[in-house]
Amino acid sequence: MSDNTFIVGAYEHPTRLATNKSVTQLHAEVAIGALDDAGLSKDDIDGFFCAGDAPGIGPLSILEYLGLDVSYADSTDIGGSSPIAQVGHAMRAIRDGKCNVALITSAGRPRSEAAAAGDLTELPEYPESGFEVPYRAALAPSYAMCAQRHMYEFGTTSEQLAWIKVASSHHAQHNPNALLPNLVTVEDVLASPLISAPLHRLDCCVISDGGGAVIVARQEIAKSLNRPAIRVRGVGEAVGYTRGSDINLTTSAVKKSAKSAFLEAKVTPQDIKYLSTYDSFTITVLLAIEDLGFCEKGQGGRFVADGNLISGVGRLPVNTDGGGLSSNHPAHRGGITKIIEAVRQLRGEAHPAVQVKSCDLAIANGLGGMLDRRHGAATAILERIS
Amino acid sequence: MRIDGAHLRVPVRTPETNVFWDAANEESLLYAKCSECTKPHYYPRKVCPFCFSTDVTFVKASGRANIYAFSLFNKGRPPYISAWVMLEEGVAIITNIIDCESDLLKIGTPIKVVFSSVEGGQKIPVFTPRLDENFIK
Repeated sequence: MSDNTFIVGAYEHPTRLATNKSVTQLHAEVAIGALDDAGLSKDDIDGFFCAGDAPGIGPLSILEYLGLDVSYADSTDIGGSSPIAQVGHAMRAIRDGKCNVALITSAGRPRSEAAAAGDLTELPEYPESGFEVPYRAALAPSYAMCAQRHMYEFGTTSEQLAWIKVASSHHAQHNPNALLPNLVTVEDVLASPLISAPLHRLDCCVISDGGGAVIVARQEIAKSLNRPAIRVRGVGEAVGYTRGSDINLTTSAVKKSAKSAFLEAKVTPQDIKYLSTYDSFTITVLLAIEDLGFCEKGQGGRFVADGNLISGVGRLPVNTDGGGLSSNHPAHRGGITKIIEAVRQLRGEAHPAVQVKSCDLAIANGLGGMLDRRHGAATAILERIS
Repeated sequence: MRIDGAHLRVPVRTPETNVFWDAANEESLLYAKCSECTKPHYYPRKVCPFCFSTDVTFVKASGRANIYAFSLFNKGRPPYISAWVMLEEGVAIITNIIDCESDLLKIGTPIKVVFSSVEGGQKIPVFTPRLDENFIK
């Protein structure tokens, strides 16, 4: 049997507001969508992957709800990038002969539940809680302080960060499901209210219900399906944090996850035609682009400006579905949507207005958690096999 | 924006951190320092996160620090300033900056620890600009 593994199914739930559905129901609906996309059926699934957005202990409740009979299950949670890390875990489980068809789901309904990301509650089991909860050390300030340090250390500007949102809005206007389909300008971003200085409202992603799923399968199965084959070439993952005397708010764990992924894939950033990258905030994209190696550390502001991330305009098309900034950030976790748009691009199934020409190599990159503290990163390098 | 006073939440105490909170009630800010590798760390643990030594002591900080990073969080109710501050002992901690005009703060602004009580009486270390450094509050 071949060691190669492929993404054979991908599905993004079209909803952005799921008032009348349960979270587990959303997981089920995206599973069905991904199976339909792949041309597989329920009984083909023998591996299952989910993260903390799935209700219940690890995968237990959701496996029972779905009635899946699997020989391998994994609920690794490193925050929003978990599904991307799980593409790697699925690849390795398949190579080890532990399963053949792995389903990865991610879904939630924070918009219906009006649940603010990073809203701190008393968490006595967490070792850091006593030193963060009293200060309400919330999510937006966490990312805002990284942006402030990047500006301080490298001269990055709010205008440059705004270009990341502008690019996302250029793409979102072609996505009928995008929550924010309107084109915005740098001036619009700067004129939007400051949420947590220096980040404006339009530097922040949407809050949306929904989710998505992907299916990873071994080569023999991928070949039997009537879909373009998207090979998983390499996946890396990493976590980042500070211990106080080693603080660095301008380099993320992506540096490590990317190194691992590029090593395994045996390619370089210059080979990459399209990048899906986590965009919880504009600064998340900026740090990731530097840490992935698309430019030198500190040059991210210059790199993202002037439309360089807009498909058909710039050097590196990023998040051509509109990303979390303009389209969808289901369950406060954008990882699954990053894989799905990368698959669309590699299949040539992105919207014609944003489809990257000859897109044979793409990255789905995740960076979630508290960017100034504990965060997780995962980088998957995917390739179209003709 | 003028930020007056702190709006803190009651901290969770654990057997590992009781010493820290008892010291805070005496208006001492403690950080952790490893006796083996000599590196300081924060938040304080009984195991050194650099070398795994269990010979860690909780040391009293001078309370003098500089702002490393900060953000006025306008969505806070009321708005507040989240900050990373660098103690002069060379270890950064997460805190709030209080009793200040947010527009006058900068990375590097000299600050000092002050203690603010929460419901139940526990004192919590927070920071405020140091007037002795000619900083206009």
